[in-house]
Amino acid sequence: MSETTPQRVNDFVVKLANVNGTGSASANGLLMKTIFRMGVPVTAKNFFPSNIQGLPTWYEIRVSKDGYQSRTDRIDLMVAMNAQTYADDLAEVAVGGYLLYDSSWPRDRQLKRDDIQLLGVPLAKMVNQKYEDPRSRILFKNIAYVGVLSALLDLDLAVIDQILDELFARKPGLLEANHQAVGLGSDYALAHFACPLPIRVEPMDKTKGHVVIDGNTAAAMGCLYAGASVGAWYPITPSTSLMDAFKALCERHRIDPETGKNRFCIIQAEDELAAIGMALGASWGGARSFTPTSGPGLSLMGEFLGLAYFTELPLVVFDVQRSGPSTGLPTRTQQSDIIAAAYASHGDTRHVLLFPKDPEECFYLTVEAFDLADRLQTPVMVLSDLDIGMNDWMCPEFKWDDNYRPDRGKVLRKKELESVDSFSRYLDVDGDGICYRSYPGDHPRGAYFLRGSGHTAHAKYTEDPDEYTELVDRLSRKWETAKSHVPEPVLLSRKQAMAGVIAYGSSDSAVQEALDRLEEQGVPMDYLRIRAFPFNEQVDEFLAGHDRVFVVEQNRDAQLRMLLLNESAARREQLISVLHYNGFPMSCDIVITRIQAAMSAQGAAA
Amino acid sequence: MSYISKPRVGHPTLQRNELGLRQRDYEGTISTLCAGCGHDSISAALIQTFFDLNIEPYRVAKTSGIGCSSKTPAYFLSQSHAFNSVHGRMPSVTMGANAANSSMIFVGISGDGDTLSIGMGQFCHAIRRNLNMAYIIENNGVYGLTKGQFSASADVGSTAKKGEVNNQKPIDAALTAINQGASYVARGFSGDRQQLVPLLKGALRHKGFALVDIISPCVTFNDHQGSTKSYAHTREHFHQLEQTDFVAPAEEITASSEGRDLTPVTLHDGSRILLRNVENGYDPRDQAAAFAYLKNCQLRGEIPTGLLFIDENSIDFHERNNTIETPLNDLAHEDICPGADALANMLGRYR
Ligand SMILES: Cc1ncc(C[n+]2csc(CCOP(=O)(O)OP(=O)(O)O)c2C)c(N)n1
Ligand code: SF4
Ligand SMILES: [Mg+2]
Repeated sequence: MSETTPQRVNDFVVKLANVNGTGSASANGLLMKTIFRMGVPVTAKNFFPSNIQGLPTWYEIRVSKDGYQSRTDRIDLMVAMNAQTYADDLAEVAVGGYLLYDSSWPRDRQLKRDDIQLLGVPLAKMVNQKYEDPRSRILFKNIAYVGVLSALLDLDLAVIDQILDELFARKPGLLEANHQAVGLGSDYALAHFACPLPIRVEPMDKTKGHVVIDGNTAAAMGCLYAGASVGAWYPITPSTSLMDAFKALCERHRIDPETGKNRFCIIQAEDELAAIGMALGASWGGARSFTPTSGPGLSLMGEFLGLAYFTELPLVVFDVQRSGPSTGLPTRTQQSDIIAAAYASHGDTRHVLLFPKDPEECFYLTVEAFDLADRLQTPVMVLSDLDIGMNDWMCPEFKWDDNYRPDRGKVLRKKELESVDSFSRYLDVDGDGICYRSYPGDHPRGAYFLRGSGHTAHAKYTEDPDEYTELVDRLSRKWETAKSHVPEPVLLSRKQAMAGVIAYGSSDSAVQEALDRLEEQGVPMDYLRIRAFPFNEQVDEFLAGHDRVFVVEQNRDAQLRMLLLNESAARREQLISVLHYNGFPMSCDIVITRIQAAMSAQGAAA
Repeated sequence: MSYISKPRVGHPTLQRNELGLRQRDYEGTISTLCAGCGHDSISAALIQTFFDLNIEPYRVAKTSGIGCSSKTPAYFLSQSHAFNSVHGRMPSVTMGANAANSSMIFVGISGDGDTLSIGMGQFCHAIRRNLNMAYIIENNGVYGLTKGQFSASADVGSTAKKGEVNNQKPIDAALTAINQGASYVARGFSGDRQQLVPLLKGALRHKGFALVDIISPCVTFNDHQGSTKSYAHTREHFHQLEQTDFVAPAEEITASSEGRDLTPVTLHDGSRILLRNVENGYDPRDQAAAFAYLKNCQLRGEIPTGLLFIDENSIDFHERNNTIETPLNDLAHEDICPGADALANMLGRYR
């Protein structure tokens, strides 16, 4: 643990330890938003249990004047509101840091450390004097600690007031009480502590043109803008909020002004098998459709994914990845469905995957996913994760080009069907492996019989070995075509790079910061962020250009490395894994220490 | 050879319907089912139904799961769109297609295995949504395509071809559907086309979920003595709850279909189903009474057929969901994309 430097202006971490279900989320969100509105780059991660009430939860706010978004291993200020976790929370504070606790009762014996400062505030006592009903007492205790922190961290009270005004515009009674609670806390802190602390916020101008948003909401906006009109789903954390957001957006932006009727159809299915069946049926019907899920749901969707691949129907599936099966860590993050998604289903199948790195990319890559699915006539899976999907990230505001029109790919509608001599659904007219399709109900000439693997170029039944081979070989041709359609990787070169690093998705923020630190230490590295599977040429070029490539990922089995070995020119000894898989988002420190260790081990061996 | 084209024998006397189409325009490719399979008779009944109703084939979406029964969409309406999906999941595919384009006519073909085992969940939930479709179960008491295992509709005491006796209670599709609140439930017999066709017509014209459970003997695995789904057993034990006529909206009720015990049931589009000689005052509009009556029949080993239940005030999925009538696949992008300015506004709360 490093020591807290005397002055850490706009560069520190506050962690709040709460009890689930006590309304702390809104208080913590208020804190983060205040810092953001003060123009200072900030991110927040929520660590919550699979529980509605009672279990411990944490909220970690990183203030970073340099705009880093990943976790770091140091905690400068702990707001310890949960006696159950006192011991761990205390231990986590960096030397020279602070711990804020509720001193309404005699200090807990566990709370003893000489190398940090303990700040006791009788929060419960204060609010209990002020408020009568038990629910208010719990809720306003949270708001009161926001008040305490506003004084300690030098937050702008006017900004807090403004946010509260916005939040409670329609509930004046609550608004007044909230203002009071903030005042209660800040008055106490100003009277009892030397405010502000050396860790504090100073206004900056670095958040203009940015938003603080979660990836699921951003992906939902992507669905809205891409023109998706049918969504089917079965609730599962951490993907649920994607459909919640889509529904809210549709109810606001997709109501027919004349009839008041919905220009969308959202179906809560009986399970994920039905959810993907509905999405697929809608795609056959000619609508842009999607289904959001997480690992367990993806497993259930396996059979239909194969059918979608062979019947060549576009489909967008969101897999907001979480840790492992069943109970245990469903509310923790991981990148552990890579292989399951890439090769989902039985038979010879391979699927297009996209890896957004943050909410901003969730928005843009979602739109791209729909276009790709239509162009390639195949399922496209957007693999985000709990960290991206459910945490608030700071990103540049999304922009929209009003000239955008969905690329529905090779579709013959009524007009086109009228003018063609004949229509064969699976005939590779253009030689790129992608055939022309039609929508049911448009025109008699567009009618065809859709079935699994046994079909001819004219969509007729066949069990003929040659015709089957021809079909799957054409699908391989289409896979080759896909390589030039999927988003390219992002290359970040450094002069005299000593090795390469490959990462994807939410690991990006940790990797970016780690590579800056390593460069400062004289270890510059090139970095390729992969954004899609199949891998395209740039991936092979990068591999060819580096003898050693560190592959950073958040799973145990090095799944992207596996995929690279299988699907690119990578050599086994060339790829060194940097893995993190405990369910929490990766910190930059982990990347740094793992790469350092590997470098020195290799150096020793050389 | 991959495609069996049907020899189209011209027949000058073949009647044309109002669209100028002949019955053969509603046919499909030659069936590959066993000769005598009940499923083929159902395909024939469907061909007649669509012909009589003057439906343009390309306005029909046929969906199915997996099984001998689920293969049959290839054997009727070859000019329609079809999706032979996966085992037990036809309802979800139909739901999705219906969401994308509610203007089409949806007919789903399933088997007793496809529906009552692997697809039981989707079946019940399609009913719960009152999805606007005709759902046809070609019910033979066995898994035909996997060679004769008992299905969940096999009766207690019914024997398999090699003598094995089924001792598990059956799941009755019609009873289940009524219990789940299906808005149209009928039962027919593949061997009685005269009764079947009006029931199918009603199912297609009904707005909402319409189940037609059709006893359809499997000649290869379940037509022996001891089977309760054989032709012989069904002929002996089925009886019509009522006689059924289908009357299209514009048609007059003719003298021949008039009668003393006539009960007309009106469908959403103005068509009527006329019920005559109704058994013991059976009322297919009374859910609880229908359920009780049919449950008793089941316990007695009787197979009542006809229109078992109908909710004349059926409100289908889209009506309840407030979906716009324009098929969603026809909405212009401008009508569903809010545009750049709206995005900037939308992001306001995240600033
Ligand atoms: C997931 C899956 N499991 C099992 C099968 C094998 N299978 C094919 S058809 C069938 C049973 C069909 O029975 P039924 O629906 O009654 O149709 P029938 O052949 O009797 O008309 C089974 C189990 C399959 N195709 N898919
Ligand atoms: S096995 Fe039975 S159900 Fe299948 S085609 Fe033959 S008779 Fe019909
Ligand atoms: Mg069967």
